[in-house]
Parts: sequence; C-alpha cells; structure tokens
Amino acid sequence: MQLDAKVPGGILAEKWDRHRFDLGLISPANRKKFDIIVVGTGLAGSSASATLAELGYNVKAFCLQDSPRRAHSIAAQGGINAAKNYANDGDSIWRLFYDTIKGGDFRSREANVYRLAQLSNNIIDHCVAQGIPFARDYGGLLANRSFGGAQVSRTFYARGQTGQQLLVGAFSALMRQVAAGKVTLFSRREMMELVVINGQARGIVARNMITGEIETHAADAVILATGGYGNVFFLSTNAMTSNVTAILRAYKKGAFFTNPCFIQIHPTCIPVHGTYQSKLTLMSESLRNDGRVWVPRNSGDTRSPHQIPESDRDYFLENKYPAFGNLVPRDVASRNAKEQCDMGKGVGETGLAVYLDFEDAIKRDGKEEISKKYGNLFQMYEKITGDNPYETPMMIYPAVHYTMGGLWVDYNLMTTVPGLFAIGEANFSDHGANRLGASALMQGLADGYFIIPYTIGEYFAGTGLNKITDEHPAFKAAVQEVNSRINKLLSIKGTRTVDDFHRELGRVLWEYCGMARNEKGLLKAQKLIQQLREEFWKNVIVPGSERDFNQSLEKAGRVADYLEFGELMIVDALARRESCGCHFNEAYQTEENEAKRDDENFCHVAAWEYAGDGINPLFHKEKLIFENVELTQRSYR
Amino acid sequence: MTKTINLKLKVWRQKDSDDKGGFKTYYSRDISTDMSFLEMIDVINEQLTLNGEDPIAFDHDCREGICGMCGAMVNGRAHGPEKGTTLCQLHMRHFSDEDTIVVEPWRARAFNIIKDLVADRSALDKIIQAGGYISVNTGGAPDANTILISRDTSEKAFDGAACIGCGACVAACPNASAMLFVGAKVSHLALLPQGKPEAARRVMAMVREMDRLCFGNCTNEAECEAVCPKEISITNIARLNREFLKAGFFSSTK
Ligand SMILES: Cc1cc2nc3c(=O)[nH]c(=O)nc-3n(C[C@H](O)[C@H](O)[C@H](O)COP(=O)(O)OP(=O)(O)OC[C@H]3O[C@@H](n4cnc5c(N)ncnc54)[C@H](O)[C@@H]3O)c2cc1C
Ligand code: SF4
Ligand code: FES
Repeated sequence: MQLDAKVPGGILAEKWDRHRFDLGLISPANRKKFDIIVVGTGLAGSSASATLAELGYNVKAFCLQDSPRRAHSIAAQGGINAAKNYANDGDSIWRLFYDTIKGGDFRSREANVYRLAQLSNNIIDHCVAQGIPFARDYGGLLANRSFGGAQVSRTFYARGQTGQQLLVGAFSALMRQVAAGKVTLFSRREMMELVVINGQARGIVARNMITGEIETHAADAVILATGGYGNVFFLSTNAMTSNVTAILRAYKKGAFFTNPCFIQIHPTCIPVHGTYQSKLTLMSESLRNDGRVWVPRNSGDTRSPHQIPESDRDYFLENKYPAFGNLVPRDVASRNAKEQCDMGKGVGETGLAVYLDFEDAIKRDGKEEISKKYGNLFQMYEKITGDNPYETPMMIYPAVHYTMGGLWVDYNLMTTVPGLFAIGEANFSDHGANRLGASALMQGLADGYFIIPYTIGEYFAGTGLNKITDEHPAFKAAVQEVNSRINKLLSIKGTRTVDDFHRELGRVLWEYCGMARNEKGLLKAQKLIQQLREEFWKNVIVPGSERDFNQSLEKAGRVADYLEFGELMIVDALARRESCGCHFNEAYQTEENEAKRDDENFCHVAAWEYAGDGINPLFHKEKLIFENVELTQRSYR
Repeated sequence: MTKTINLKLKVWRQKDSDDKGGFKTYYSRDISTDMSFLEMIDVINEQLTLNGEDPIAFDHDCREGICGMCGAMVNGRAHGPEKGTTLCQLHMRHFSDEDTIVVEPWRARAFNIIKDLVADRSALDKIIQAGGYISVNTGGAPDANTILISRDTSEKAFDGAACIGCGACVAACPNASAMLFVGAKVSHLALLPQGKPEAARRVMAMVREMDRLCFGNCTNEAECEAVCPKEISITNIARLNREFLKAGFFSSTK
C-alpha cells in the first residue's frame, strides 16, 4: 500500500487555507445525522468533542477516569507555545515552524508543522476567551517565558499548571455540550476493540469499569485521542492509566503504527529512589530557565553540594553548548546527564542524578520572584524528596515522558483505516524524533479545536456510509474477542503479579531501548520480551471476576498489550539504522557524540502494518520531502 | 534519611454499592518512609493478590497531586494529615513505626460508594454542566491581548481555578456541602471580565443544581478549607454568596 499523506500543493504558508477551501462541507442541518465516537477526553479529545458538538454533530465521548477533567493532560506543567511575538523578540510563525522541525531532527512533515505554528495563535485567543488565567505582566498583558530548543520567549503559562488550566477550559466547553444534549458522556469506560465494517471504522467495544459489562457503540467515525504510551516503561512521568491499548487495537485492525521507538526522555525528573516506586515525577523544563545544571568536576566527589566550590563544579551544558546553555532540547540534555553519570560524576544516593541549582537565580532575582515562577514545583519537589530546593540544589535525572510515535495519519489526521482518526499524543504527526517543550499542548488543541472539525466533514462528504447499528455481526465478533481475552487473563491463576511483569518489561526497555541503543542490546531485548510475554500468558495472576470493578483486570489487559507492543518498538528501533533526535544508536554518532542522521536512507517515517500474531509486521515508509528548510546537523553550541 | 516502618491498617472494604461494608485489618511491614501512601497500599495489594485475595480498590491516576482522582479519609481527615497535600503526595515519612492508620472512602449523601475506597463523584461534573463555563464556541475569539486583566485579578481568579475537583471539601464537611467547590468555580469565572456577561445566570444555575443533587448547606464550619489540597480559601464561599445575592437582586435570571 502506497501511503498518501494528502499534503496539498502550493506554497507552504497557503496550504492550509487552500485545503480548507477544497474540503467538502456538511451543511449545518445535515450534521446532526452523523454520530462520532471520541475516545479520550484530554486536551485533544475534549477540544474535539466540544467543537464537533458545537458544529452540530452527535458526539459520544469516552474516558477511563470518573471525570473527563482528569485526563492526563491535566498534569502538564510548563506551558504552551504560540507564535504571537508578544515579546517582540523576533518570533514568527516561520520561526516556530522552523524550531519545531529542527527540534524534531527533521523527521516530521513540513506541511503539518507549519499548520501547527499557524494555528498556535488561534489557540491562545480561544483559551483566553474561555477564561484561562494565563500569567500576566503588571500592565495586564499576557506574559511569556522561554523553553528548551528556542531562543525566543513564546511560551504562555498558567503558574506551573498550564495543562490543568487548559484542560479545565476544554472540559468546561465539553460539559456545556453535555448539558446541551450534543455530547453523551461515557466515563469509567475502557475501549477494548475497534469495529471495522466494509473497511470503515464504525464503532467500538468498551468495558464499563464499574460493572464490568461489555458495551457496543456504533458511529459514522471514530476519533482516538487516547494519549501516549510512555508507561510501557513502567516508570514514566505519565499517569497510571496512560496506555497503548486503544491504539494497539486499532493497529491490529489495520491502522499503521508509526515510529513506535521514538520515545522522549525528559531531562528534569525526580530521580528513582526505590523498588516500589510507582511513577516518576517531572520537574517542568521551565526550571531550566533559571536553574543551572551541574555535577562535581571530579568523579567520586561525595561532598555535599554546598561544600563544592565553583572551581570544582562542571556546568556541563553551559560549557558544552554556550549558545543554548541549559536550554538545549530535551534529548540533548538527557543524553548529557546520562553521560556525566556514566563517567561516575552523578550525585545522590544512587549516583544517578545531577544538580539543578537555583542559588544564582535566587541571588539575582530574590526568593519571592523565583517562588512566583516556580513555587508549586518547589513545593512538589519538597513533598516528594523532603529537601528544600530554595536551600539545596534539586537533584534530577532523565525519565520517560512523551511518545512521538503513534498511529500514522495523513494531513487530515485520518489513519490508514477510513473513518478512523487519531489526534493528540496518540498520533505521530508533528514532533518528528524529538518534541520541543510546550508543543504537545499546542498540538493537542490544534488537532481538536481547529483541524479535525473541518477534516472530518471532508470524510463524511466524500464517503458513502450505510446505516449500521451495533446489531451488526462485526460487533458480536468483537465482543467475543474481548470476552475471550478477559476470560483467558482470569483463568491463568499463576504466581506472578501484573505489576511484576510490567516492572520487568520496563527494566528491559529502559536498559536496551532507552537513551542509547545498539543492535546487540536491541536483539537481546527482543528475546527477553518474547520470553516475558510467553511467561505472562502462562503465569500471571489476576484476582477477582469480570463483572466487577476490577482494577487488576484492567491493568492486566494493558500490560498484555504493552508486552506485545514492546516488541514493535524494538523492531522499529532495529530498522532505523541511524541516530536522530531521541533515537540514539551508538553506532551512528558525530565526533562530538551528537546524533548522526542518515538523510539519504532514513529521511522517512516508518509505518508498520500488523501482519498477524508472531509474524513480523510489514514495513511501509512515507518519504519526508523538505521543500522549505535545509536539512542541517542540529547544533546548539 | 530513608528508614522503614511497620504499620497496622484498618481499611474500609465494601464489595459494591449495595454491600454494607466494614473494616478489615492489615499489617504492612518494612515500609520505606520514602514511599507515598498509595505506594504503601500498592505493596499491600501485591501481597493480597499473591494470597489470592481481592486487592483494595482505590482511585488514583496522576500520582502527582493534580488530577484529583485520589482521595480517602486517613485517620478521619480527608487526604490525610499533611496540609495542602493530596493522598498521592502524602509520604510515609509523616508516619511513625507501629502507627495504626484508619482508611475510609469519601462519604457524602451526593457520593455513592462504588467499591472499597472508590466513591462516585459524578455529581460534581453535573454542577459544572449546569453553568461552570464561559459560553464561547471555538473560532471567533479576538486577539488574546485585547482583553487586559490586572495581575491581581488574574491571580485571584487562578486561586479558584486551581481546584482539582477531588471532593475532599464535601467529604470533610459535616453537612456534605459542595460550597467550596462551587465557590472556587464561580470565583474563577466571575472575577474575570470574560465571565461577567453570564455571571448571574451561572451562579443561580450552579447553586440550584447543587441543591438538587442533595449536597448540604454551608454552616461555616471551615472544615473544607482545612483539608483542601489546593488550599482554596473560604473567602471563595463568601464571594459565591455575594454573587448569588447580587444575581437574585439585580437580574431577571431567577
Ligand atoms: C508530567 C507531564 C508534563 C507535561 N508538560 C507539558 C507542557 O508543559 N507542555 C506541553 O506542551 N506538553 C506537556 N506534556 C505533554 C502533554 O501533556 C501531553 O502530550 C498531552 O496532554 C496529551 O494529550 P492528549 O489529549 O493527547 O491525551 P491525554 O491527556 O493523555 O488523554 C488521554 C485520554 O484518553 C483516555 N483513554 C486512554 N485510553 C483509553 C481507552 N482504552 N478507553 C477509553 N479512554 C481511554 C483517557 O481516559 C484520557 O481521557 C506533559 C506531559 C506530562 C506527562
Ligand atoms: S475545593 Fe479543594 S477540596 Fe474541594 S474539590 Fe476543589 S480542590 Fe478538592
Ligand atoms: S492521583 Fe492525581 S491527584 Fe492524586
């Protein structure tokens, strides 16, 4: 199958405008004839559901939590980018576009990224109209700050709770449509299967997480906004229920999975402390605006940070990258922290940490100013570690954070299954091999508020859709699949818990498919994962019953999918015989130990097609064509 | 410094909303004081699972104090003993060796118990549906900087907007009132110029819905403020009352 991204022709800056003109329309009176399922109520899902309902479509919205407001977007801290140039520092749509493409190490689609940069400004306007309390200057105008990978201040923020405020905005819009009767809400529901009829996505099978009932829902289109799969590593900054299940099910029903090995490892997280640790906590990247990253100059220096004089400190990012300093992109910052720790210069009990020091910033701006900017982050740090960052430097270490990979989508955000769309972190679209800070919120909201509401109309206008109900045999078959998987999980009654398997899977992936990769390690990981998966299906223990509120069963299903998906990540990492952005294959590096791309052979996105259980997935590639930017070696020095 | 402690837990166990439920005692040994409260329950649950028993059901997701999913009464206090802290951010260093800890779900007339420590808080969403929004459709918004808002106003609005909808205020209130939750939302929107056009309609609708859903009245006990993990102040309740009176007097929205 030839992948057609449906990127419109013409000048880059005019593509989206022209495309909107060319898109088929559904008249307001006819929209109520279409039912749309939206799975997920994060920024992408809530914004899409609300906007589609405002337009007049019938929406059914699904989420795992008890309320849509608790989707994982709520946890985003640092901010959201927009090309407003309010700071008058030379920003523009073009610069945001270029920074994002370059930050992604030239592995994303030009036209998509440009559109994202264009829409960034509309997002801020809309969010302010919704009442989102962004930070402001004394004159009453909106304030901005800078973020990694950029030399301008373009990040809008709401204390350290930007995601929360944006999501509460989108959630409120969604609630308004629920009250208006245009959205039906299904919370505490888990999508278990996608239903495809005549090659078109026509519904889902979901499990009611309170009663355990298996439900069927038919529709004219299905939108997946189910977030990222970082939890495949067990420990990550993601929420506990973040999962790959929904998009893996779609993959197995024909949607291609793109760049699964592109995992963002965030440089500033609270280090791991013990075996029972259940998650890692992010300390927003915005901290790198004022915090200075350092380690002792000499390995084995165990003095407390205060006793280490300036001359014995190595501010390794500032020294190595004078132009960007502490604000280099995430992949670069993470790799350098790891490198320092590998040299034995790491700090803390485990030696797997570096300092992030605010002493100079506090001296310069005063404690009050620093506390205004980062107060809640400092508080959170103290709660978790018991240390006070106003007095001792924070300790940080990289952790799995974001997944650039996801379902393949075309310019209309449609997957390879007609009628199945993917938005937000669940698709692969805009971040290439590394996402810049403050751009996921932007992408989720651009997809949901401003893209899908138009492009879905094109699908409806150009497609013959028979009336279908959930009486169709395809639904019955899907329900059967779901039930048999659940029964299997409950019947094994082995001796190892789900968490135990998950933890081990995470360890294998972190070791061999994490910040640095090599062929030998990847091949080893592949074997280990296969063995683990085999053992899982023989020896897992899942207590309780199916028709019940059963959190163990929920987890078991997700981990089963992670075990299957882990292998796909490895296959993808093996196939990409270059380094780019987050994907650092040790065999391909520059003399300065930076990721070395191979544009001749790998300037593409890798799209994997499911070929059956135990069979290698089929490889497809979408060649990336750059007409407007020149591919350069990224340099932040 | 990390150390380990041994604990006795009395945990509310209830099969489903029809079950009567009751306390069960568990012993939790060698708990690292660096663990969070929920990680401590994870450890108990691993053991229960291996023993073939039903693990303790509890709501949680972000585990960093922002999603509002977690929450339980710990020794009679919503979210436990630490001020301004959600249950997931409560760490075991605040407990001592050989402590007995009593853990119960949120209890309120408007919240049903689903299982063990899991309560149904969907009534809070219904209150938002009644009017906790600014009615703007996507598209059509003017440039963001055309609306000037003083830093002070914006910060005050934020103090209300910081609510995570956890329901601790309701659980802690002797009347099971939702006034702090509603006050926080009404304040957030009423303080901002964007929220003013609908202010009267909003407050009337939200208060009416709150009453309909059987939340209690506020008698100024201030228990809500004491347990709120986001330290939302009861001045928001005072503002809610003012807005309500104002709406009653001056508007045609009754
Ligand atoms: C700690 C943290 C901080 C971050 N900070 C920033 C930041 O400052 N700036 C920035 O731009 N980005 C940030 N990000 C990234 C950003 O928050 C996410 O990429 C983005 O919010 C994802 O939004 P989403 O709508 O795609 O998915 P999510 O918000 O993850 O929502 C997923 C939704 O899908 C539902 N769901 C999932 N699976 C199923 C299923 N099988 N059935 C039913 N429902 C399902 C969930 O219930 C949920 O409603 C941060 C991420 C983390 C983890
Ligand atoms: S007001 Fe406080 S206690 Fe009540 S729901 Fe909001 S955050 Fe929770
Ligand atoms: S789990 Fe999210 S606030 Fe506690």
